[in-house]
Amino acid sequence: MEDFFASAISIGVIFLFGCVGEILTEKSGHLNLGIPGIMCMGAAGGCLGVKLCVMGTDAPSGVLTVVVAILFAVLFAGALGAVYAFLTVSLRANQNVTGLACTIFGVGFTTWFINSVVIGRDSVVIGKIAYAGRYFFNAHIPGTEKLGWFGGIFLEQGVLAYLAIALAVAAAVVLRYTRVGLNVRAIGENPATADAVGVNVTGYKYGFIMTGAAVAGLGGLCYVMGYMNGTVGSTVAQTIQGIGWLSIALVIFTMWRPALAILGSILFGALYFVSTRITGISFEQIPLLNLIPFVVTILVLIVTSIVGHRETQPPASLGLPYFREDR
Amino acid sequence: MAEPALELKHVSKYFGSVAANKDISLTLEKGEILALLGENGSGKTTLMNMISGIYYPDEGRIFVDGQEAVISSPQDAFRLKIGMVHQHFKLIDIFTAAQNVVLGAGGRYGVRRINEQVGSIARKYGFELDPQKKIYDMSVSEKQTVEIVKVLYRGADILILDEPTAVLTPQETEKLFSVMRAMKEDGKSIIIITHKLHEVMEISDRVAVLRKGEYIGCVPTAEASEASLTEMMVGQKVELNIERPQTEFDRPLLEIRDLCVRSDEGSRAIDGLSFFIRGGEILGVAGVAGCGQRELCEAIAGLRKVESGGIYHEGESIVGLSPRAISEKGIAMSFIPEDRLGMGLAPSLSVTDNMMLKNYPTHGYGIEPVPVEPGDDSPRAKGLRIRNRLGAFLNRHCPFVDRRQARREAEQVIEELGVVTPSAETPVRRLSGGNVQKVLLGREILTDPNVLITAYPVRGLDINSSYLIYDILNRRKREGTGILFIGEDLDVMLALCDKIMVLCHGRLMGVVHAAKTSKEELGLMMAGALDLMEEKGKVMGVAKDSLIGEDETWDA
Repeated sequence: MEDFFASAISIGVIFLFGCVGEILTEKSGHLNLGIPGIMCMGAAGGCLGVKLCVMGTDAPSGVLTVVVAILFAVLFAGALGAVYAFLTVSLRANQNVTGLACTIFGVGFTTWFINSVVIGRDSVVIGKIAYAGRYFFNAHIPGTEKLGWFGGIFLEQGVLAYLAIALAVAAAVVLRYTRVGLNVRAIGENPATADAVGVNVTGYKYGFIMTGAAVAGLGGLCYVMGYMNGTVGSTVAQTIQGIGWLSIALVIFTMWRPALAILGSILFGALYFVSTRITGISFEQIPLLNLIPFVVTILVLIVTSIVGHRETQPPASLGLPYFREDR
Repeated sequence: MAEPALELKHVSKYFGSVAANKDISLTLEKGEILALLGENGSGKTTLMNMISGIYYPDEGRIFVDGQEAVISSPQDAFRLKIGMVHQHFKLIDIFTAAQNVVLGAGGRYGVRRINEQVGSIARKYGFELDPQKKIYDMSVSEKQTVEIVKVLYRGADILILDEPTAVLTPQETEKLFSVMRAMKEDGKSIIIITHKLHEVMEISDRVAVLRKGEYIGCVPTAEASEASLTEMMVGQKVELNIERPQTEFDRPLLEIRDLCVRSDEGSRAIDGLSFFIRGGEILGVAGVAGCGQRELCEAIAGLRKVESGGIYHEGESIVGLSPRAISEKGIAMSFIPEDRLGMGLAPSLSVTDNMMLKNYPTHGYGIEPVPVEPGDDSPRAKGLRIRNRLGAFLNRHCPFVDRRQARREAEQVIEELGVVTPSAETPVRRLSGGNVQKVLLGREILTDPNVLITAYPVRGLDINSSYLIYDILNRRKREGTGILFIGEDLDVMLALCDKIMVLCHGRLMGVVHAAKTSKEELGLMMAGALDLMEEKGKVMGVAKDSLIGEDETWDA
């Protein structure tokens, strides 16, 4: 049971990264369906960062490796986020099409990048990355064994898990209690109104789309180095893509609230974990279990639509391009 | 004398080759209320948009407090302490009043802090405003208050109000005016755009008049009269009286009994409403925006579910019929929503295609029946009968449509109503607002309805176009059509309608004869302060000679 909850959290935080990233993006009025691809980019960048730190030295620094990996993940994911922002904000391209293109690009690029550029069939690299995953990203706080089940579930997570929760809390606070949050929510609701009172609509949109992409990118890193312990396989991008779609569903499930997303992600993590570990059903039926999170999301959509409360609805101008002269 | 608060010198603005404003010079003194008067399309809003930084003038100079100013964005205007309250509110629905007010402004942000600040501004000028109320819970007049407080919060000294009274009841207007006077006392300068002359007379110190983008003149209100202002505005003396032809009232055509309809949000939009329309009469519907007019129209036209109660057309219930079946019974609806294009017409289709949208079942393939003598049993007659039946079937069910006939109809409407359009094939969205409205009304009339429901048919039209619409309605009235006229301007309704019924929150406040009522009475009823239904204990809205067959009485 302890293992189950610990695993639910360690998968859940991957969803949490993607979900918080997408919430930040959607609050600025942009539906980024490129999140799965952007998460893959994070994985690609993270692996490169780890490789650069662990190769060529016999005693790599753990802290440095983690920091550099995060930096590279943010950089790679942010780059694809910037492309998405440029296309949808500046060129006012269709957000759905652009997002899907980003996902296709991100998945394809990452598959090639990790297999060819990072690993290149070099077993030494594979081993060293796995080492970094095991001992740097999943280093535990010493002494947690003494705290029983609580320590086992909550204190033996990797460093990225705590980062995810911290980011979710930070996002919640920024959106709710700060002027920046007020401004970006106004943009997501009605950009013309925000523009008229002097909010820099384009700047905020770029800022939140790219920040959202960076946060989502950490999800990819978290999957490879955290959950998979640095075991880099050739199907990494495919798996992350699946997690990415679920993260977008999670946004709806949590009704655009980062704080709720912490709980929602653990639930999604548990459902996901069940589907990978359940015994007693045939191999062909496993995909059915993967549907559970989507079914739960649809149920939430049905409930929120029927209740129809204004506060549980998506930002009013989500998906709509904004053009100042087009009044 | 002190420097004027604002001075425009030879300002012009062109859109393409059209001059929206041409060589306009205008001054606004400190602490005065200046009314800006003009017909639709006379350039009032364009001029004000240049002052508030939305447009940039092509020619001319603007002085604020005697200093030349460059206003190239709304932020520049804020910096110069100029604030504009637009006709269409720019508010975030899910935010509170206070959040909307402080949005985009500087300063520390904290829920308690902003609520206090906004509350204190509201108290200072005598607004009634709850800073914590969400915009989506607010009435139109409350939203307007938020807009005004928003401008004051930014420290504006010059306020521009674009048709602020268009959406208010007379009582709310009074309240707004007293707030405006308080602001004037406080040294603020105010420009108010309106085309209601009596309001100009009541509130302003001076009146500036624009006509077709040109500055006509500025007079102290004390020296002006409604007639002289109208003359300045229109250029020639116009007959302000709207015709109200006397007609023989027919049997009740459309009868509504105890109708209850829910709004999209699930609240009761129409609550136990009873009324009727006779052939040859125009029944006005008065009420503030959102008091159930839209839901009433939709319920009659079959677009909205009726919760309880009945709608009878010539004694037959039409509840539950499809919109198509209802329109085939001769009930036509033209609803002009705020954005004018939202309901009824497809903007990117041509005039012809829009005719076809509604009338295609009557076009079919355009096969005319060949007359056959009844009782003629010759093989030829039998053949013709089969042909006619086949033709009728094809007319109804043919997958192709007859574009020629739609085109003829489009041309007929264009000619009869004087629609200004390059051709019948021009997309409707390229026409100006007035012409779009004529197309919509023309199409509805084309089917020769016996009940015509028309909501806001003159919304945003200038005087001449409005009169054309009134003429069309009166023509239909003489031909015996029963008309439900949902309007905004009480003056017009008093002149045009035979009877006026007043709604307040979906409830009937009373039905009054237009000739025997006053605007004050209607205003009180609209605000819910006067309920004739309770007061006189009369049964209103049920016809004596009802075709539904109930023995209730109507006390006319």
